[in-house]
Amino acid sequence: MSERVVVDPITRIEGHLRIEAQMDGNRINQAWSSGTMVRGIEIILRGRDPRDAWAFAQRICGVCTLVHGLASVRAVENALDYPIPPNAQLIRNLMIAAQYVHDHVMHFYHLHALDWVDVVSALSADPNATSQLAQSISNYPKSSPGYFSDTRKKLKEFVDSGQLGIFSNAYWGHPAYRLSPEANLMAVSHYLEALAWQRDVARLHAIFGGRNPHPNFVVGGVPCPIDLNSDSAINSKRLSQVQSIIDSMRSFVDQVYLPDTLAIAGFYKDWSTRGEGTGNFMTYGDFPAEGMDDPGSFLIPAGIILNRDISQVHELDMHAADQIQEYVAHSWYDYRDGKQAGLHPYAGETELNYTGPKPPYAHLNVEESYSWMKAPRWKGKSMEVGPLARVLMLYATGHDQARELVDSTLRQLELPVTALFSTLGRTAARTLETKIIADMMQTWQDNLVANIRRGDTRTFNEGLWEPSSWPKEARGVGFMEAPRGALAHWIVIKDQKIDNYQAVVPSTWNAGPRDPQGQPGPYEAALQDNHVLHDPQQPIEILRTIHSFDPCIACAVHLTDPDGKEMLKVKVL
Amino acid sequence: MKPGLTVGETLRAHGVTRRGFLKYCAAITSLMALPPSSLKAVAAALEAARRPSVIWLSFQECTGCTESLTRSADATIEELIFNAISLDYHHTLQAASGAAAEAAREQAMHENYGNYLLIVDGSIPIADAGYSTIAGISNRDMLLETAAGAAAIVSVGTCAAFGGIPAARPNPTGAVPVSELITDKPIINVPGCPPIPVVITGVLVQYLTFGLPDLDAQGRPLAFYGQSIHDRCYRRPFYDKGLFADSFDDEGAKKGWCLYKLGCRGPTTYNACATAKWNNGTSFPIESGHPCLGCSEPDFWDTGSFYHALSTPTEAIGEAAVYAAGGGLLIGAAVGAVHQRHKRKAIESHRKVSLDDIDEGAAK
Repeated sequence: MSERVVVDPITRIEGHLRIEAQMDGNRINQAWSSGTMVRGIEIILRGRDPRDAWAFAQRICGVCTLVHGLASVRAVENALDYPIPPNAQLIRNLMIAAQYVHDHVMHFYHLHALDWVDVVSALSADPNATSQLAQSISNYPKSSPGYFSDTRKKLKEFVDSGQLGIFSNAYWGHPAYRLSPEANLMAVSHYLEALAWQRDVARLHAIFGGRNPHPNFVVGGVPCPIDLNSDSAINSKRLSQVQSIIDSMRSFVDQVYLPDTLAIAGFYKDWSTRGEGTGNFMTYGDFPAEGMDDPGSFLIPAGIILNRDISQVHELDMHAADQIQEYVAHSWYDYRDGKQAGLHPYAGETELNYTGPKPPYAHLNVEESYSWMKAPRWKGKSMEVGPLARVLMLYATGHDQARELVDSTLRQLELPVTALFSTLGRTAARTLETKIIADMMQTWQDNLVANIRRGDTRTFNEGLWEPSSWPKEARGVGFMEAPRGALAHWIVIKDQKIDNYQAVVPSTWNAGPRDPQGQPGPYEAALQDNHVLHDPQQPIEILRTIHSFDPCIACAVHLTDPDGKEMLKVKVL
Repeated sequence: MKPGLTVGETLRAHGVTRRGFLKYCAAITSLMALPPSSLKAVAAALEAARRPSVIWLSFQECTGCTESLTRSADATIEELIFNAISLDYHHTLQAASGAAAEAAREQAMHENYGNYLLIVDGSIPIADAGYSTIAGISNRDMLLETAAGAAAIVSVGTCAAFGGIPAARPNPTGAVPVSELITDKPIINVPGCPPIPVVITGVLVQYLTFGLPDLDAQGRPLAFYGQSIHDRCYRRPFYDKGLFADSFDDEGAKKGWCLYKLGCRGPTTYNACATAKWNNGTSFPIESGHPCLGCSEPDFWDTGSFYHALSTPTEAIGEAAVYAAGGGLLIGAAVGAVHQRHKRKAIESHRKVSLDDIDEGAAK
C-alpha cells in the first residue's frame, strides 16, 4: 500500500495549512507542508508612513495579535536609532508576556488538547474519582465532585442533543486516545475554565493598549500615559487591575496548565520518541531589562543550537548576508536569479507565481512548487524556532529556573533528556516557558511601580516623532521572540516613507517547504520522524505533531506580488 | 436533552432556573440596546428555537475576528455554542480536520438547507483562484456553494464586510468583500478590525431572536453602528472646550483631553467602542491614549496617516470646516446634524434593563 494522505484544512490552528503525506504501508515516508493563502501585507506597506506600519503589520495575525505590531515599531525605532523610555519597555514586556501566557494556554486547551483528550469518553467518568485525580495533582480550588458532576451533566445534555457543533465528526473513540475517562473529564472541564479565564486576562492588553485583540502601539514608546492624579491614565486603579491579572495568570499556570500538561504527558510517553524537527534551533532573544540595544539584558538570549548539541551556542548575525536567507525552490514565487537562489531579507524579492494545480484539486505537485511559504534557512540549515528552541537556549545558557523545570519534568515523567526532541517535548517546553515568563511578569510590574514611585512617569519619547527630523534614508530590523518563535521585520525608510518592508516569521521557519537541496522544513521533518498512522482515514497522529508546533499560517504566508509586475518587486539594497 | 428540544428546555435541563434564564435574556436585551419591553420577546424566541446551524468560513483573514468572538463577556462563546447555536464548521474551534471537517460542513448544509446562518471572516481573492484554497477549493467557489443554502450571511470584520487590509492599496490579490460576490442573500456587515467582542455576539443574538436587524447605508446594524465614536466619547467635552493632547505623553494626554490633533477618527467612525467598550468594559483605544484608527469604516487603511488630524473628511465634515474649526464646535455640529436621526434612535434604545424589568417580564 502506498497512498497519499491529505489533511486540508488542518483545523485548530491559525490560518490555512495543508499537509500531504506519502505512506509506506502505515508509516509516513514523506511529508509536505503547504500554506494555501496569501494576502500581500508587505506590498501594501510600501509608500506609507513608517509610524503607521505597526497597525498594518499587526494584521498579519490576530492570534499572535500584538507581536507583529511590536516587531514593527521596533524596526522603525532601530532604523531611526529612536530610544524609548524605561516604562515603555516595561509595559511592552508585560504586554508580550501576557500574550505568551494567554496564547500558550489557549493553544493547549482549545487548539491542541482535543488531539489527546476524548470529549465523548469524559461522559463515562466518575465525578468523585475525577475530583480525587484533580486534587492529587493540584490545589486548584475548582476540583470538587460537584464541579465535575456539573460539567459532565452539561456535556451529556450537549451530546444528547444530537447537535455536536464544534465537536462533530472528530475522531472520538480512536484507540490513540489513551486518557482515562476521569482525566478526559478533568481536561474538558479545564477547556471550559480556560475559555472564561482567557477572556479575563486578555484585559491586560486593553488596559495598556485599549483593546484585545489588536491592542495599540506607538513608535517611540507606548500610547498610554501614566498619571496617578488622572482618571484617564495608568493610575493606581489600573496598576491594581494589572496586578490582579498577573496573579490570575500565575495561579492558572501553576494550578491548572502545568499540572494538566504533566498529567496528560504521563499517558503519552511514546510521543517522546517521534516528531523531532531538524535538531537545529534558533532564537533572536527578547524581554530586555534595559533596552533592545543591550542583548546582554535579555531574559531569552539569542543564538543557534545545531544537531541537538546544547553544549555549544553559535552566534547569530541578523544583518549578515550569508546567514539568514530565504529560498523559493518549492514556493509559488520567482527570483530574478532563478529559483535555486537564496536571498537575505535585505536583498529579498517577492514575485508571486502560482503554478499549482487549478482548483479544485486533489493533490499538490510536490516535485515543483507547493506552498505560499518560502523556505528560510540559517547558513543553509533548516531551523526550528519557538518554545522548544527557547527552553533549550535558556537551559544551554544556564538559566536556573529553566534547568530546574526541565530536570524536574523529565524526572517526574521518567524520561531521558532526548525526550525533549519530540512532539511531546515541544508541547511540554511550551508549558515550561509559560511558567518562567508568567513569573517574570511580577518583576516587570514591580519595576514599573518602583519607577513611578521615584517620579519617573515617562512613557513616550517625543524626540524623533516628527518625520522631518529623520535622515533621508534609514534601515533597521525589529526582532522579538513571539510565542511561536523568532520573528523579525526588516524596514527601509526613504524620504519619510516605507521604501521596503520584509518579515520573516516563526511559522515560515517551522512550516516552510523544502529548499533547493531538498532539505525539509521542521514540520515536514517531524512528520517523517517515526509516524505510523493507525488509520489513514483518521490521521490523528499528523494533527498531534503539527499542533505541537502551534501553526500560525497567516503569519507565514503574508508575502505576495500580483502578476509579477516590475513595480511590485520587493528588493532591498 | 433529546434532539429537537429548544434552548429554553435545554437550559432547564442544565439546571438553569427561570430567573437565571431571564437574566441571560436581559443581558442580551441590554446588549442589543433594546427597550425593556423586548425582554419577553427575547426570552420567547430563545425558548422556542432549536439551536440553529451556523457555518463559519474563514478566507483571507488573520483570525483576529474569531479571537475577538472568544473575548465576548456577554454572551460568552460558551453560552453561544452550547446554548444558542450549533457551530457546525469553524476552522479555529472545531475538533475535526481535513476530510472529516469538510464532511461536517457538507452535512450541516444538507440538513439545514435554506435555514443555516453563514458567517464569513476574511476577504476573497478573485485575481487568481490559487491565491487562497481550502481543501483544494478556491475561496470563491466555497463561498458561492455555501451561500446558496444560507438563510442570511453575516460578514464579520472589515475584510469580509469591505475588503479590509488585503484590499488596501494596491490590493495585490484582487481581494473583495462578500457583498461583491453574493447579491441574492441578506448580508449583515459587522465591521471592525476586529469587531468589538460583544458586538459580534450581540448581532448574532439579535438575528436569532428578531431576524434581520435594521442596517445603515453600509449594511451595519444600527444598534451598534448608529452612533459615531466621537458623539459617545467620554472625552467629547474636552473637544467642545478646545482642549487637546498634542503628544502621547503631554499634559493633555495625561488628563484625558481629546485626541483629535493626534489623528483620532472618532468623528467619522461609526461603532460602539465608546459605549460597549472592549474586554468586558475594561477600556477602548481612546481611553488608553491612542487615537481611533477608524477600523469599522470602509477603506480606512487608505485614507492617509493615522496620526494626521482628521485625514478622512466625509460628506458630513467638509475640509473647509475641518481646517476652519480651531475648536471643535463646528465639526461636532456638522456631524450631529447629519446623524441626528440615528442619535435619537440610539438614545431611546440605550436604556439598561434592570432586575425590576426582569421581574416584570417574568410576571407577564
